[in-house]
Parts: sequence; C-alpha cells; structure tokens
Amino acid sequence: MPGRVSTGQIRFADVEAGAELAEVSYPVTRLSLVKYCGASGDFNPIHWNERTAKAVGLPDVIAHGMFTMAETGRFVTDWAGPQGVVLELGVRFSSMVIVPDDATGASVEVTGVVEEKLDGNRVRLALTARSNGSKVLTRSRAVVRLP
Amino acid sequence: MPINRDFLGRTFPASDPYEISRVKIRDFADAIGDPSPVFRDVAAAQAAGYPDVIAPPTFPIVITAAAGNRAATDPELGVNYAMVVHGEQSFSYVRPLVAGDVVTTQTTITDIRDAGRNTLLTNTTEFRTLDGELVCTAHSTLVERGAI
Repeated sequence: MPGRVSTGQIRFADVEAGAELAEVSYPVTRLSLVKYCGASGDFNPIHWNERTAKAVGLPDVIAHGMFTMAETGRFVTDWAGPQGVVLELGVRFSSMVIVPDDATGASVEVTGVVEEKLDGNRVRLALTARSNGSKVLTRSRAVVRLP
Repeated sequence: MPINRDFLGRTFPASDPYEISRVKIRDFADAIGDPSPVFRDVAAAQAAGYPDVIAPPTFPIVITAAAGNRAATDPELGVNYAMVVHGEQSFSYVRPLVAGDVVTTQTTITDIRDAGRNTLLTNTTEFRTLDGELVCTAHSTLVERGAI
C-alpha cells in the first residue's frame, strides 16, 4: 500500500477473516532435538538415540511432539508480532516427525488461516503442520489478541 | 494394570515454586530456533509493553517437567508409559509468562475415557503466581494404546 510504513506489527483492523498465512518451513536436526531435550527437561531417548528408537519399533529418532507444537507457536508469535498476545494455543498430535542422522535432517511446514475475528481484538487461527508430506498436527488453533 | 479410574477428578498437591528466568527462556528460544527479541532482550520486551522478557507460548512444559509431573508419575494411577503417546496439548493464557514470575502448578485429572482399545487421560494444570494470580491453564491428553 503506498505510504504505509511497515512496523512489523500486524493490527487487528488489518486482519481479514479467511486470509491464508504463508507457509513457513522450520528445520529440525538431531542437534535441534538435543537442545530441546536440555531446554525442556524431556530426555526420552526416542528423541536422541537411534538404537532405542528402533528398539521400540520406531523407524528412527523422532522429534518431541512438543517441539512441533513449539514451532507452531513460533509461527503464531511471528505473525502476531511483538505486541500480539497469544491467548490460546492448542494442537492435536498426529504423525511423527522422523529426524534422520544426515546433513539435512527433517523439516516441519506450518500453515494457517484466519478463521474468525472475535470481540476484544482477538483473532482465531486454524493451523496445520506437516513433515515429509504427512500431517503431524491436526485440528490445531490459536487465539491471539492484537493491537 | 489399566489406568485407575478412581483418579478421575483428583487434584494433586501444588508443586514447589518455580522461578522463570531470563536464561531459561533464552535457552528454550534457542532450542526452538526462535530469534524473536521479546524472548531475549529486555529493552525489546519493554518496548512491546512487558516488564521483562516473555516466554514462548509452549514454555510452560518446562515448568511441569521441573515440577516432576507429579500427577502423571503416580504409580497408583497405572499409566504404562511404554504404551503412551501425547494426544493433545493446549495452553490458555490470561497474560504471557514473564521472566521473574514465580509460579506453582496444580494438576487435576479431568478425564479418563475409552476410545476403542485405547484409554485417553486428560489432565488440567493451573499455573499461578505466589499471589494466587492465575496466569496460564494447560490441558494435556495422553493416549495409552491398548493391548492388541
């Protein structure tokens, strides 16, 4: 829009119901999972140890479901901007994110749609996350309050 | 043993206080790869209207892990963690968690139900400051896969 200065902060008035949010791809490597184990306190070996993951029947090391939820949260907070407040974030876990021990690792693609504008400057988003073509999160949503 | 239905509705004792630190928030933001200044830089957080850096929206999982997940690990509850996957998770906020907040958690088992061969266990955790201010409520559903 001519003359409009971008402040990196979306405003409630500028949001349109039905608008699609651009997909973002988040990389996930074995190192990501090691860091996330330390940061979250979840040291379940299926998230860092290939021998254990395979011994319990998994194809390889898998990401914490909560790691995928965190990337989805990142998608929301990036969209909402520094003055946006996340009031709700909810996900249903579906397929696993398999993280191979190679140069590229895996990635999680998050997309979203503005489902509805609510009272109190709140917006509800519908969110989906995929990895390697499969849905890893379903029926996921966020409610954000914007300036 | 199957999941013990007597636990439905049981509220566990509140956890010890947990102080949310700038360093832990930064480490968590690093782990999820999020460079956003409001999680890392006090001046940026204050410019956005907060008293200090704020925590990313899934950060409360760090607090429940530190509190020892008392509800989830009660042996009488009968959860077989070898057969459990995380089904659903949600967080509802009154306001973001901020570095310097000291919170306790209190968990109630709010649902135990069958879904086919599986059993679903839902617990609700409230995060309150020492003054009793409710900041966040988390709902977590675990799916214990039934024997085939």
